[in-house]
Amino acid sequence: MSKARTLAVTGIGAWIRGAADWPSLRGVLRGEHGLDANAPARPAANPLPAAERRRAPDGVRLAVEVAQQACSMAQCDPSALPCVFASTHGELAITDYVCETLAHAPQELSPTKFHNSVLNAPAGYWTIATGCTAASGAVTAHHYSFAAGLLEAASFACSEQAPVLFACCDVASTGPLAEMTRTTLAFGMAIVLAPAATGGARLDWSLREAQSDAPPPVELALRTVAGDNPANAHALALLAALAGRESAGLALPLSPGLYLDMEITP
Amino acid sequence: MPRHIEPLAITARTATSALGHGTAGHLEALAEGRRGLRRNDFSCAPLDCWIGRVAGVEEATLPARHVHWDCRNNRLAWLGLQQDGILDAVGTAVARHGPQRVALVLGTSTASIEATEVAYRRLEDGRFPTDLRRPEIHTPHSLTAFVADATGIAGPTLTISTACSSSAKVFASAERLIRLGLADAALVGGVDSLCDSVLFGFHSLELASRQPCRPFDRQRDGISIGEAAAFALLERAEDVPDAPRLIGYGESSDAWHMSTPHPEGRGALGALDDALARAGIAAEQVDYVNLHGTATVKNDEVEAKLLPRFSSRTRASSTKGFTGHTLGAAGALEAVIALLAIEHGVVPPDLGCTDALPEAQPWLALQPESRNIDIALSNSFGFGGNNACLVFARGPTA
Repeated sequence: MSKARTLAVTGIGAWIRGAADWPSLRGVLRGEHGLDANAPARPAANPLPAAERRRAPDGVRLAVEVAQQACSMAQCDPSALPCVFASTHGELAITDYVCETLAHAPQELSPTKFHNSVLNAPAGYWTIATGCTAASGAVTAHHYSFAAGLLEAASFACSEQAPVLFACCDVASTGPLAEMTRTTLAFGMAIVLAPAATGGARLDWSLREAQSDAPPPVELALRTVAGDNPANAHALALLAALAGRESAGLALPLSPGLYLDMEITP
Repeated sequence: MPRHIEPLAITARTATSALGHGTAGHLEALAEGRRGLRRNDFSCAPLDCWIGRVAGVEEATLPARHVHWDCRNNRLAWLGLQQDGILDAVGTAVARHGPQRVALVLGTSTASIEATEVAYRRLEDGRFPTDLRRPEIHTPHSLTAFVADATGIAGPTLTISTACSSSAKVFASAERLIRLGLADAALVGGVDSLCDSVLFGFHSLELASRQPCRPFDRQRDGISIGEAAAFALLERAEDVPDAPRLIGYGESSDAWHMSTPHPEGRGALGALDDALARAGIAAEQVDYVNLHGTATVKNDEVEAKLLPRFSSRTRASSTKGFTGHTLGAAGALEAVIALLAIEHGVVPPDLGCTDALPEAQPWLALQPESRNIDIALSNSFGFGGNNACLVFARGPTA
């Protein structure tokens, strides 16, 4: 087991159809209310200029929305904030479009859709919209994407002793690819991680070796919210701990023999 | 400014690209100025361009126990892992430190999307064909998950996918993991393979040349796409005084445009300053710069603005005229080329350039040069304005 390190969670953002911000989702996680059937179908993504918002794919809108919520709650200036964006699959609708177009009319591939297909599109749009010139990353690790991205962000915050924005987002899969990717809904979350003395919720973390690959502690009721995507389920498990009123332990798998062990004190 | 970091040793490194399998072929081609590009014979429909294709990828077969990972990108990864004793070096590190104490951080832009493209061409009743119904290869993490399986690495395992800076940034992520004591060693690298997505994608953006690419030439008109697999093993430096070092890195964002660099190179300069600060050196101390040099009109124009930061004796070149732009593998491939430059005292020429941009000309090596190189730097800039800069140095007793 690695030495435990401490960070603060100073801002939280979340978006899912039916809970368009962290206070709404926190209420759902606490069992205070259900998802709101009348909530907006798409994230507002206000930091994007209007023209960019029209052009931006759904995953980008989702990432920009939750990142903005987290920065706003943390009262930090995004322009100097390093960021790490994680995703299991990236822009699934664009992957479907690109592969479909290549199969039938490769010369007609849209240049905008092509450059929006990169996994770092959310990081790109976010840094452009906020004028952020700090380091920006895009991390993926299939079913371990949430914990892998969180590890990248946490190790950045601890090694540089600086706040970092972390976001994890996936959109619903479409087309023939859906059978392989199995993500049934759009869900995104973001947190601002800061050196421990900053205030906010406390996050103690370390790596632990273990052979078992136990399912994450996500309550059955939340499985549908996770949309069949393990990274979403892992993200919800952390958010549930942050929504709680007492300290809670959480172990999320990083690989088939390694866990990201956390103690969350809201 | 970031703080100075402790150097890490690079105890093994390898590269496979259009220049050959392993570093020997690379060194020979770079020293002789021999190009690895050929006319496009890859895309599903004709496309008038040149590509850096690796010979023998189709014939490379994965061991039976890894056959569920089979796809062209993983074959290229496997071919790359067979060279320069890298697999043995990783095996030794895993045995010495323990599987969970070795990290794996790989960069890729498109990973095994080629397999997904093939599945869409061969749909059966609207579904993927049976042989391609393997979720683990239709994800951008397919490469890293396969390499973890193939090497027995079980430590922190992540894919960095920031387009063309992906496998430069892996060195930074790995350094942080080792510095924090979360791993004792890290296999880093990048693998990207030819696929229709990038060939037709760069064509649609009008960024691909019909000729072999000409980095920093006044007549340059776009990239040649290539493929590569390159790896490096990073370990703490104290026990290996003669191994070359990773001494610094810098990362930044342009905050400008998704597919065009900032006109004054703001982000690129930020990454360079960051890298020099971490290395604790001045720009004047750099002997060789492996430029990003994609041969697009904009990239080279902007990157040339960085060159006056260096001393008049610093030599610089892009090696994309040799290998093509290997996208998510470029950072690691060109890191290995920078290491070869240090180890063998070779400055690779800026192949393809005959009429150099005047503002870059004083630094550009147009012919192979032989000279002592103690410190080499490598630039990588990607879509979304994502920049990384790596600094390598000769080992203290080498």
